[in-house]
Amino acid sequence: MSQLDERQSASERRAAREAHLIASEKARDLSRELKINDFHGGIHPPENKHQSTGEPIGSIPLADDLIVPLNQHIGGTAIPLVKLGDLVQKGQKIAEADGMISCPVHAPSSGKVVAIEPMAVPHPSGMVADCIQIRTDGRDEWCTLTPLEDYASRDIDDVLEKIRDCGIAGMGGAGFPTAVKLNPRGGAEIDTLIINGTECEPYITADDMLMRERADEIIGGVEILAHLLEQPARVLIGIEDNKPEAIAAMRQAAAGTRFHVVVFPTKYPSGGEKQLIEILTGREVPNEGLPANVGIVCQNVGTARAVYRAITLGEPLVSRVTTVVGESLQRQRNIETPLGTPIRHILEQHGLDRQQLQRVIIGGPMMGYTIDDLSAPVVKTTNCILAPSKQELPTPPPAQACIRCGLCAEVCPASLLPQQLYWYARAEDREKLQAYNLFDCIECGACSYVCPSSIPLVQYYRAAKGDIREARLEKEKADRARERFEYRKLRLEKAEQEKEAKRLARKKAAEEARLKREQQADSPEAQAAKQESDVVAAALARVKAKQATPEQQLARAQRTLTSAEHRVERMQSKLAEAEESQRPQLQAQLKTAELKLQEARDKLAEAEKQAASAPAKPAAETRDSSAEPSITEDKLTVAGASSSAAGAAIEKAKAAAAARASMSPQEKLAQEIEALKKRVEKAEARLQKARSEDDPNTGAFETALEKMQGKLQDKLAQQDQSGNQD
Amino acid sequence: MEWLSEVSTPLLILGGMALVFGALLGFAAVRFKVEGDPIVDQIDAILPQTQCGQCGHPGCRPYAEAIANGEAINKCPPGGQATINELANLLDVEPTPLDAEHGVEDVKKVAFIREAECIGCTKCIQACPVDAIVGAAKQMHTVIVDECTGCDLCVEPCPVDCIDMVPLETSLQEWHPSKPSDGIQLIASDRPDLHADDRSAA
Repeated sequence: MSQLDERQSASERRAAREAHLIASEKARDLSRELKINDFHGGIHPPENKHQSTGEPIGSIPLADDLIVPLNQHIGGTAIPLVKLGDLVQKGQKIAEADGMISCPVHAPSSGKVVAIEPMAVPHPSGMVADCIQIRTDGRDEWCTLTPLEDYASRDIDDVLEKIRDCGIAGMGGAGFPTAVKLNPRGGAEIDTLIINGTECEPYITADDMLMRERADEIIGGVEILAHLLEQPARVLIGIEDNKPEAIAAMRQAAAGTRFHVVVFPTKYPSGGEKQLIEILTGREVPNEGLPANVGIVCQNVGTARAVYRAITLGEPLVSRVTTVVGESLQRQRNIETPLGTPIRHILEQHGLDRQQLQRVIIGGPMMGYTIDDLSAPVVKTTNCILAPSKQELPTPPPAQACIRCGLCAEVCPASLLPQQLYWYARAEDREKLQAYNLFDCIECGACSYVCPSSIPLVQYYRAAKGDIREARLEKEKADRARERFEYRKLRLEKAEQEKEAKRLARKKAAEEARLKREQQADSPEAQAAKQESDVVAAALARVKAKQATPEQQLARAQRTLTSAEHRVERMQSKLAEAEESQRPQLQAQLKTAELKLQEARDKLAEAEKQAASAPAKPAAETRDSSAEPSITEDKLTVAGASSSAAGAAIEKAKAAAAARASMSPQEKLAQEIEALKKRVEKAEARLQKARSEDDPNTGAFETALEKMQGKLQDKLAQQDQSGNQD
Repeated sequence: MEWLSEVSTPLLILGGMALVFGALLGFAAVRFKVEGDPIVDQIDAILPQTQCGQCGHPGCRPYAEAIANGEAINKCPPGGQATINELANLLDVEPTPLDAEHGVEDVKKVAFIREAECIGCTKCIQACPVDAIVGAAKQMHTVIVDECTGCDLCVEPCPVDCIDMVPLETSLQEWHPSKPSDGIQLIASDRPDLHADDRSAA
């Protein structure tokens, strides 16, 4: 009893200790969450934000052609809904989402569809992708919009469907479909919604200007987002302290709501999702995990505004605020531009000086990429178009050897070891790269920025990541190929086995049948087989008789030749007599006659040759003719159920054929008559038998006998004739 | 008598222990017997599974078995140097360059049937080691691109020569940047693009 008590008290103590630990951890978490935290590393590059904040958000004249890529987001490429020549209105859906993680695409202005084909898109590869080109009509007419009124009373799925249907994808840069992100399946309860207004990258001020001018719309969007996430415990709007105007505007708009505008010191890359979460909550997103795994959903301010417009106005995502900046431009500012506007059009509207232009960068100088084809359009994720002059953003100096200074590791916001990663990326050691958590790299470029040897570290990491992903895909494919190969081998083996089994069964059946026949050799079946073989022999003889001898061929050829000669002569005489008008026709007839003559001569020559060679090689011919029955012999084996009697008949037929080949025509004829006589006798016997047995086939037998007798008469007449000739 | 027990006691103890451990090992050998050769499986997992036979074996697994029996690891052109390196790593041997006798490393290709010319003879279907060609007798055939390993075994049997090996295109989603060119350029003026800049400025 006392033992039990002791055990109980021990477990109680343990439970109490655990409860205490959990409580203290929670308290620590809370204290961490209430204050602003810092993340590891980070840098302070020149901000260069003042150039584009001098003017309010403007707009430019509509471009003649809008190029709308079918894939402006992460996930499946949308499927076009329009045809060439279709007239579309602004906001009309022109491509439907393909699958769960995908986004529909809408017409950014009214006009006519003039092309659906691969065109230049803003992508670091510089490759083309399928786009819909719309020639604008300048009217910019909206289609009928259907706002979702009183969203708070609607089913959450309906609201999500509306967001999805409006084609909203994350506008911070990655472009993940927002509806998918708002329907988290991370397992953890979502207790925090973070609105990202950080915009830490130099030059970019699109979110800053949006917060200054459209703070009400953003807060409206945040309300919808909070509703969709079932009112998380906290809603934090994170803004860096270098945007005082935006902070003031947002604080004013958020007054009276439960949303907190949190201001924290400027540092690059605090706008990274994982970094911002750490700053605001102190939580760390697990390796290869999602913010939803730690109970957080993060959305960009631009996305919040797009959600607001989609729900309250029914407006799909067809335009966005983009920073147009760089010293090679006369005018630097933010514009609200329809998606699909070619970048060349935007730059020209801002006074691009091509002499000054170094390159065009989409995104900021840290994480952006260069594009070569300026006909590429603005898409949902294009937050900045940077057109720097040569002095402003010079080409990076050539890379030098790593001096192992360790600056990169100091600034890495993901606490990685960039130097190690660099060595392994150069050596393409994929296992080691993954062991050093390459996939936690957010490609912020801080390491490359501080590198005194100016090594393009991020490019190495991007390449290595791509290689590893490719290798994974290939591995998957190889596994599938192996499976298919193995399965095919199995299938072929099985088919082979089945064939073998069937063959064995047939062999066994044949063996049994043979045994049975041997046992009852006098049975009617055996007799029937014998009779059959007789028939075959006779047929063989007939075939042989039909074959013309060289002499016969020679005679026929000579006859043909003489008749042809006659015809030609006749023709010639006719031609001589004929009228002028009939001449061409007759001439043509003469030509054909002459041709026939030539043919006949050739045939005669051939026949003569054959006749000459026939007596010279009688042995060879005998062999030829004996070869022929051997073919029939094959057929016989199949037909005659491989009876031994048939074999004997074949031998007989062969001998007869050999004999016939050496016989003269008279002898042959005599033999044929002999055979016929035999057949007639047999037929007579059969008829007699049929008559006595009252067979229903008697009539048929009678006609057969008559025919045979007729043939016999013919042959006899022939024999007489040839006898007379001799 | 005393010397006998002095000798026999340790003998008995040691002998008994030997028997016990022997029995234990014997039991383990029977109980935990490994079916097949695990190293063959590991090698097979590394090989690219094109089943092309360029190594001289009828498929990847036979080659894996041959490697396990000591054959050279550099006979697989579809796998290329990456596969050779991995094999070398697994087998703890020196990586060797690809044996050109068995073919050279090429870009990834897939078979493509010019369907207008196909007569439906099914010869390519029989040749395909991974069942990646669909079709029936006297019906047009076509290649399932996702399943084609690019082994080109179907090209030779085609009586009308209507099968091409076309390089596999990378889509925009699959694209990734390539590694920066190696080799450290110490002299800035050696860089070709800087020269180009100078010229355009002049």
